[in-house]
Amino acid sequence: MKAAEFDYARAGSVAEVCRLLDGAGGEGKIIAGGQTLVPLLVMRLARPTLVVDVAGIGELQGIADGAGVVTIGAATRQADAIADATLGRRTPLLVKALKMVGHPQTRNRGTIGGSLANADPAAEIGLVARTLDAELVVRSTKGERVIPIEEFFLGAMTTSLAPEDCLTRVRFPVWQDKGRLGTGFEEMSMRRSDFALVSASCQLVLDADGVCRRLALGIGGAEPVPRRIDAAAKRLVGTRLEARDLDAATREVEAAIDPIADVHASADYRRRVAGALAARAIEAACAEALAAKA
Amino acid sequence: MSQHEISLTVNGRLHRGRAPARQTLVDFLRDELRLTGTHTGCEHGVCGACSILLDGRPIRSCLMFAVQADGATITTVEGLAPEPGALSVLQDCFWETHALQCGFCTPGMLIAAHALLMKEAAPTEEDIRDAIGGNLCRCTGYKQIVDAVKLAAERLSGLNQPAPRHG
Amino acid sequence: MAEPSFRYIAKKRRPKEDRRFLAGSGRFVADVALPGMLHVALVASPYPFARLRGIDAKAALALPGVRAVVTGEDLAVATDPMMSGLDAPKLRRYPLAHGMARYVGEWVAAVVADSRALAEDAAELVEVDYEPLTPVIDPERAILPDAPIVHPEHGSNVLFRHKWTWGPVAEDFAAADQSLSLRARWHRSSTVPIETFGVVAQWNYANQLLDIWASIQMPKYPDQLARALRMPGNAVRVHFDVDVGGSYGVKRGLKHSILAGYLARRLGMPVRLMEDRLENMRGGDAQGPDRIFDVEAAFTKDGIVRSLKIRALDDCGAHAGRAPLQLGKPVGAICGPYRVNSVEYEAISVTTNKTPQEAVRGFGQSPTNFALETTIDRIAAQLGMDRIELRRANLIRKEEFPYTIPSGSTYDSGDYHQVLDKALAAAGHAALLRRRDAARAAGKLAGVGVACCLEPSGGNSAFEPLFNPKNETTTWMEACSIKVDLYGAVVVSMNTSSSGQGHETLAATVVGEVLERDPETIRVVHADSLTALPSNSPVGSRMAIMLGGAAAGAAKKLKEAVMAIGAKKLGVAADAVEYHDGEVRLRRDPAQKLSWEAIAEIAHRKFHELPAGMEPGLQAMHVLEVPTGGTLPTADGRVQMYPCYAFETHVVYAEIDRITGQVALGPYLVGHDCGTMINPDIVHGMTYGGIAHGIGAALYERFRYDETGQLLSGTFMDYLIPSAHEVPDVAIVDHCTPSPLTAFGQKGSGEAGYLGAPAAISCAVNDALAALGLKIAELPMTPALLSDLIATVERKT
Repeated sequence: MKAAEFDYARAGSVAEVCRLLDGAGGEGKIIAGGQTLVPLLVMRLARPTLVVDVAGIGELQGIADGAGVVTIGAATRQADAIADATLGRRTPLLVKALKMVGHPQTRNRGTIGGSLANADPAAEIGLVARTLDAELVVRSTKGERVIPIEEFFLGAMTTSLAPEDCLTRVRFPVWQDKGRLGTGFEEMSMRRSDFALVSASCQLVLDADGVCRRLALGIGGAEPVPRRIDAAAKRLVGTRLEARDLDAATREVEAAIDPIADVHASADYRRRVAGALAARAIEAACAEALAAKA
Repeated sequence: MSQHEISLTVNGRLHRGRAPARQTLVDFLRDELRLTGTHTGCEHGVCGACSILLDGRPIRSCLMFAVQADGATITTVEGLAPEPGALSVLQDCFWETHALQCGFCTPGMLIAAHALLMKEAAPTEEDIRDAIGGNLCRCTGYKQIVDAVKLAAERLSGLNQPAPRHG
Repeated sequence: MAEPSFRYIAKKRRPKEDRRFLAGSGRFVADVALPGMLHVALVASPYPFARLRGIDAKAALALPGVRAVVTGEDLAVATDPMMSGLDAPKLRRYPLAHGMARYVGEWVAAVVADSRALAEDAAELVEVDYEPLTPVIDPERAILPDAPIVHPEHGSNVLFRHKWTWGPVAEDFAAADQSLSLRARWHRSSTVPIETFGVVAQWNYANQLLDIWASIQMPKYPDQLARALRMPGNAVRVHFDVDVGGSYGVKRGLKHSILAGYLARRLGMPVRLMEDRLENMRGGDAQGPDRIFDVEAAFTKDGIVRSLKIRALDDCGAHAGRAPLQLGKPVGAICGPYRVNSVEYEAISVTTNKTPQEAVRGFGQSPTNFALETTIDRIAAQLGMDRIELRRANLIRKEEFPYTIPSGSTYDSGDYHQVLDKALAAAGHAALLRRRDAARAAGKLAGVGVACCLEPSGGNSAFEPLFNPKNETTTWMEACSIKVDLYGAVVVSMNTSSSGQGHETLAATVVGEVLERDPETIRVVHADSLTALPSNSPVGSRMAIMLGGAAAGAAKKLKEAVMAIGAKKLGVAADAVEYHDGEVRLRRDPAQKLSWEAIAEIAHRKFHELPAGMEPGLQAMHVLEVPTGGTLPTADGRVQMYPCYAFETHVVYAEIDRITGQVALGPYLVGHDCGTMINPDIVHGMTYGGIAHGIGAALYERFRYDETGQLLSGTFMDYLIPSAHEVPDVAIVDHCTPSPLTAFGQKGSGEAGYLGAPAAISCAVNDALAALGLKIAELPMTPALLSDLIATVERKT
C-alpha cells in the first residue's frame, strides 16, 4: 500500500501553513502526527496534492493555563499532553481519556488537534471536547476565528474546517466550582486499544453533602458525532446519583441517541451499551469526587 | 515527483539521502539504508512490526514519511546491540525465554520493550503488556515475551545474572 | 514404554534460530533484493461475480517505469492450470481470473513496474470491463439447485459431497436411551500471519534455471510450480533458506508463484510479488474454514456416547483451495478422545463467491473439536450430569491403547484421564468453581470451561485418496542428511523451509543426542529444491516426528559408520568397541580409543584404513515414510489418517460483561501431552501461540461478508488479531505419554493450543450463560453477539 504522489512542504509558521493551503486550491492536507492521515494516504482513500508538515511550528505547541481555560497547541503530542502537569490538574477528564487513545506508540506521534480535525466518531479527544464545551481556534489567510465545539463536528470524519484552515489551538474550559470534582471515562472497544464502539465521558461536581451540583455527560462512538446528553445531566443535578438516578440517566441516554450500525455492532447494541457506560462513567466520577478533598 | 534531501542519524550514524515525499520511513530505512531488520506487516499502523525509536520514543515507522524524519535520531533493531555480534541484555533475555519463533514481529517487540525499560526499571506485568500492546504476534501468545522483559528488568537492575551458558 | 531420559532432548536449550532474528538479521522475502528487480501490484475485482469482457491496459502501460500488464488470458496460454486435488477435471484455475471474476478481491490483472508505488499507480489505470452477475454468498443457499453457480463448467456449487458410515450407526441410534441434535457454526477465520505471502522469481537464461525465494510452507511446492510453468522440476530452484514470518498452514502461494515465475521468464528480469495487507486479506486466498456442523448424538442415560452423526458443510469460497480436503483430515479423530461405537460423517464442500481458503493450522480439526466438545457439554446438560464426569466416562482409557476409532485411525498412545486430572488439579478447578459461584452470587456472568481435545500429528496424505479415489497416493516422507567434514565439523541438511517452529534446533538436538555431540557444534542448513532430498513440508504437526525421525535415522547410520571405522583402526570386531561422545573405545580397555577428529580424518584422508566396502567421507542420509502410512483407504473409507495423537485439556475461567458482552478470560491452564518434547521451550511457545490464536477464533476474528459479497473485515482495523491485552497469562502442565511409533517417543505439537482453545472458551461462555438459560454454539462470540443474546432474556444491568 503506497500512497499516490503528493508534494510535501515543511512549514515554519502558521502563516506559511495557511499560504500553502491556499495555494493548493482545496487539495492540501496538514500532517501533524499522521496516525490517521497516513493510513488514508497509503490506502489511497485520500489524495491531496500537497501535504503540509506542521511538526516544527512553535505556535502550535505548548499548553497554557489561563483564566478558567486551558489552551493546548493543536500540534501537541498526545503523549506529552498525558504527562503535562497543568492538564492533570485542570482538565483531568482529558488526561483520563487520552490514556485510552490508541497505543503508546501512536500517542508519541498523534496530536490533540490532529485527532479533532480527523473527527472519527470514536475518538476520545473529540468526546471530551464536546463534553466540556471546548473551543477551537482556527486560522486561515482570511484571519482567525473561534469555532465552538457544537458547530465543529458535522458528521463522521467531517468538520466545519475548510481545506484552507489551520487549527491552531484548542481551549478547554476549566471548572472552578466550589466542591469536589470527579471524572469518569468508559469505553467499549473490541480489543483494548481499538476504536471505541461506544464511549461515555462524565465530569461532575459534588458538594460537601455529596449532592451533585454540576454535571456534564457525553456519548461518543455511537453516532457520527459525539453528543452531550444535557437531558440526563439536568436530571442528575441536585441528586446523590443513586441507583435510581443512574437508571433514569441511562434511559435518557438511550432515548437521546440515534446510534449507527456497522460491521462490529448493531444500533441496538450501541444504544444498550451507551446507556450502561454512561451510568458507569457517572458512577466512577462520583466515586472519584467522593474520595477527593473538598 | 518531488524528491527531498534528508539527513537522519540512524543507529548512531548520520545518513544523507533522497526520498520522494510519499516514501514511508520504514521503506526508506529498508530500501535505501538496507536496514531490513524493521518489517512491514500491515502498512496501516496496527501490527507494530515497523516499530522504531524516533528521538527516543517508540513509534510506527509505517505511519511516517521519510521526509518528516529529516533531522531525527532513529534507533532500529540493528542498533540495539552493544557492539557488532553481541546482544543487549534485553535481546539475550528474549533468547533465554524463547520470546520469539518466526522472528517477524521481534524487532518491533524489542523496540517497544527497550523503550519501556528505558523509563521503567521495575515494570509490572500490566506495564509490559501495555508497552507491547501495540505489537501483534501470531506465534508466541506473548507469554514468553512478557517473561523476557521481566527477566531483563531484573538483570538490568542487577538482581539476576545469567548462569553460564550451555546452549 | 517408560518415560525416557535424555541428554539433550527434553532439556532446556536456547533455540539456534533465535539469534539471527534478535539481531534483525532474518532473511525474509521482502529482504531479498536483486539488481534490476521489478515489483508487482494486483488489480482486483470489485465484484463478487462478473464476466470479464475486456481489459484495457493502455493508460497503465503508458506510465514511465511500467514494464508489463498481464491478465488471465496470458496465464491461460502460458501455464497449466492449478490442481484442485478433487476429482473435478473441469475446475481449471489460473493465478489471475480467466473469463470470470468469482470473488471480491480476485486478482484480474498484474502490473509490473520499477517500484511497488509505480505499479500501484499503474494498477489504478487498468480498465476492466465487468459484466456483473448475481452472486451466491450463503453456503446453504449455494447447495440449492436454483443458486447461481460459481463454476458453471462444473455444473453445481458442490465440489465434494460424501457420507461415510462407520459402524452400526442406525442400530446404535435406535438402541440409545436418548439423543440430541445441535448446530455449531464456525465462522470464517484464518491464521493471518504478520508477514504476508511474497515471492521473488529470477530466470537465469544462461543456466535455464528459475530461482524462487518465497515465504512458503507447502508440500510439493517446487513440483507443482514447475508443472504449472511447464518446466521440468530440475529447472526450478526453490530456496528453502528463506525465513518465513509465520504461516501456520496458509502460506502456499502457488498462484502468486506461478505468476511471478511467468513474469520473470517473460521479462527476463527478477520479479518480486509481495502481497500488501489489502491484497492478502481479500485476494491472497488464505482464508480458513467456514463451517456449519449439524451433529446428532446417541447416548445412554448414564452418559455413554454410543454414536455420532456429523454433517459438516464448509463454504469453500470461489475456488477449491485446500478447503475440501480440510474436511477430510478430521476423519482421523472424528470422535475426539472418546470411545464412540459408530460414526456417520457427511462432508460437503460448496463454492460461493468469496475468497478461497487455505490450509489452516490443524487442517479442520479445531472446528471439529469445537463441534465435538459442544456436543459433549450439551449431553451433560440434557442428562443433568457433571460435564467432567461425563468426559471421564467416555474418554478412552490408558489401557485401551492403541485404540482404533470407527473411521479406521488408530490412536497410538495416551493417558487422557491422567492429563485431565493433572490439569484440573493444577488449575485449581474446585477453587475456580467456587470463584465462579461467588461471582454469580454477586450478579456476574461467570463460567468455567473444560475441553478435552486431540491433536493428530505426523502428517499423511491419506485424505487425498479418501476424497478422490483416483488419486492413489500413500507416500508422506521426510528426509535428513548429515555430513561430517575432514576436521569433524557436523552439518545437517534439512529439506524444507521453516516458519518459526525451531527446526534447526530440533534437528541439531536430535543429531546431537544420537551422536552424543553438543548440538551447539552442529550446524543445520536448509537445502534448496535441487539439492534437497524428498520432503513434505512442515504441515500437520509432523516435523518433530518426521524430521526428528529422519535425523535420528541418519545419525544412527553415521554412528554405525564411526564405530566401524574405529573398530577397524583398533583392530577389533565391531562388537568389541563402544561409542562414547563421538569417540570409539575398546570395551575391555577404554583408554584405547579414537577421537571423533581422528575418525573423521580416516574417513576423508585414509582410505587404506577404512573398512572394506565403505565409501570414503563421513555422511549419511535417511528418508523416512510416515509411521503407519502406506495404506490406501478401504472401500468404506476407513484409513489411518495421522500416526500420533497428542492430547490437551484446557481449563479456563471467563466472565462476561452483561451489557457490553465482552469476555474476560483467565486464569487459563492447559494440560498437554505430546509425548517427549524435543525442546520444551519451543513446544510451549507454540502452545501459547496456539491458544492466543484460538482466543482470536473464539472471540475476535472473522472474515465478515455482507450479503452482497463485500468483505467487511479486510484490514487489521476490522480483522482483530489478539494483542497482549487479549491473551491472559497461560500456564501449561506437561505430561508425557511417549508414542511407540517414533524415535524418541515424541508426538507433534505445532498445532497445540489452537485445537482446543476455541472449544474450551465456548464451553466457559456457555457455562456462564447457563444461569440465564442461554446457550451459544457460534464462533466468534463477539461482544455484540453475546450482548444481544443476553438482552433477549434481560433488559437491564
